[in-house]
Amino acid sequence: MSRRFTPKIVTANDLHKGDVVYLTADDRWSRHHFEAELIEDEAIADIRRIEASRQTGTVVGVYLADARPGPRGPEPVHFREVFRAHGPSNYPHGKQTETAAPRP
Amino acid sequence: MYTYTEFDDAFVRNRVAQFRAQVERRLDGSLTEDEFKPLRLMNGLYLQLHAYMLRVAIPYGTLNSRQMRQLALIADRWDKGYGHFTTRQNIQFNWPVLADVPDMLDALADVGMHAIQTSGNTIRNVTADHFAGAAADEIADPRPVAELIRQWSTDHPEFQFLPRKFKIAVTGSPNDRAVTRAHDIGLRMVRDASGAPGFEVIVGGGLGRTPMIGKVIRDFLPRADLLPYLEAIVATYNLLGRRDNKYKARIKITVHENGLDAFRDAVEARFAELRPAFSGIDQEVLAGIEAQFAPPAFRQADTAIFDARYATDPVFRSWADTNLTAHRDAGHAIVTISLKTPGQTPGDATSDQMRVMADLAERFGHDELRISHEQNVILPYVHRADLPAVFDALRAAGLAAANMGLVSDIIACPGMDYCALATARSIPVAQAIATRFEELKLEHEIGPLKIKISGCINACGHHHVGHIGILGLDRAGVENYQITLGGDGTEDAALGDRTGPGFAYDEIVPAIERIVGAYLDHRDSPAETFLMAYRRLGLGPFKAALYGSGEGARDRAA
Repeated sequence: MSRRFTPKIVTANDLHKGDVVYLTADDRWSRHHFEAELIEDEAIADIRRIEASRQTGTVVGVYLADARPGPRGPEPVHFREVFRAHGPSNYPHGKQTETAAPRP
Repeated sequence: MYTYTEFDDAFVRNRVAQFRAQVERRLDGSLTEDEFKPLRLMNGLYLQLHAYMLRVAIPYGTLNSRQMRQLALIADRWDKGYGHFTTRQNIQFNWPVLADVPDMLDALADVGMHAIQTSGNTIRNVTADHFAGAAADEIADPRPVAELIRQWSTDHPEFQFLPRKFKIAVTGSPNDRAVTRAHDIGLRMVRDASGAPGFEVIVGGGLGRTPMIGKVIRDFLPRADLLPYLEAIVATYNLLGRRDNKYKARIKITVHENGLDAFRDAVEARFAELRPAFSGIDQEVLAGIEAQFAPPAFRQADTAIFDARYATDPVFRSWADTNLTAHRDAGHAIVTISLKTPGQTPGDATSDQMRVMADLAERFGHDELRISHEQNVILPYVHRADLPAVFDALRAAGLAAANMGLVSDIIACPGMDYCALATARSIPVAQAIATRFEELKLEHEIGPLKIKISGCINACGHHHVGHIGILGLDRAGVENYQITLGGDGTEDAALGDRTGPGFAYDEIVPAIERIVGAYLDHRDSPAETFLMAYRRLGLGPFKAALYGSGEGARDRAA
């Protein structure tokens, strides 16, 4: 392998609410980034993404995002995923008020 | 103002009923997302970063108090108690739940509003000068024509699957406040040598990835030829426009690649075929619409109460000097209500603020409000004697910022705080710049200065035509902001020039401060505005202020 694989999580938006959700190791959709399954293997990541994409009655726009391990569980790497995990910066709306997840 | 006919009402309600059934079928699994997505986009429903977003059209920016109150009700009942007014005279609700959207659309239909064609590759909400019908410099009110175009373009069977989205703007004034040169089609009302009214037709303007100033395709188009000519342009584009590459699909690229002359020839040929099919019914419809836009009866009254307050209250005087615009009737004024109080999100209004503005329009403003592409709200017909009462009510609602056209009157797209396409945040940059200049108390000394911020290359924040434009990008996983200078969205439209390497999130406010500082140092006199000074001086002194004396002195990620 020419390049080390960056660990991934599977993420999407909830069909009903539009809220950001993350695929857990036990095949639930969690609203918390730290509960996501951190996938270290590229082939497994692709399989998990494809499986998740079939759940069209539950979620929309499934994709893989970079993540890294943290004390509570996986943490986002890119700032876009930080905002998705937290909510907008101009109002205390979204996940930042609805969950206990602090901004990493 | 235009009132829906029975046909309009039935059309909009029928569309809501269709969409309600489509949402039900999506939720019960009968429709996949691939099947549903084009249906929801046809009705203005996006899926953004944190939630769905419903974009509602405010055609040519005009609404009445009942409609504004309904927007407040929708914000309270189905959203988080606020709405975001956009640069295309729409309002966006950022937090709807999918199952509620049909009810929201029904609530809109109750007041003659809709979200049709606020997305997708169709002719979008037609925009117009926000001072239409009131401006002192106006040839004629452009809104009847805009309404005619709305009716013609809504559900037009030939134009539901264009190569790309299509935006039309109309102005009735020589001073272009509708950014007509940055639209797919811009229409400027003019008169020919005999005094007959018509349009200068501009085609192929647009911002985004490949910004272009529109080109004049017809110097003078007689009024009665408008719809067949528009139809000829859009039909020609529909045929010639590229569908192989999304980034080359807008009409500006079609015109650029084919050349204006060849494109014009194709349009004129199509126009010759179409013109005979327009038997004059469109003109009858237009005449009916025009009757509904008759100006209100302007009251004649003493303005002593205004004069007295103006003479004695410096806060009122500052607001009046900044936020009022000359009206066609000398006893009246056009009031711009700033949605840019420093520190607030540009273009956002709470439901309570919407109700205050609706009440003021009803009580003092002939029941009319406007939304500007600069994300402010306008009361177009206020008698000067009523201005003190209007100001007091606005101040009590946190809506009396005296900053129209000044450094804190910033256009900003939602950026990465909401938008799925964004590459960086816009809103906090706007908040920080406005707050900083509020602290410096320099705003009125700086004078007219338009800052426009986009959070991605698509340029919803019109950064290319900002006197100072800011474009937020993702550079190797970090927010980075490029600056352009000297852009202009008026009749003298110009695209800004890039200064050089971009700035990090925590460097952008000091960078803007250095640019403004350079302007204050170099201007001839306070009468020379930022844009005038830039045109005289060029990039030089501003680059020096930004990067130090050596060009690109600092090694930044470009």
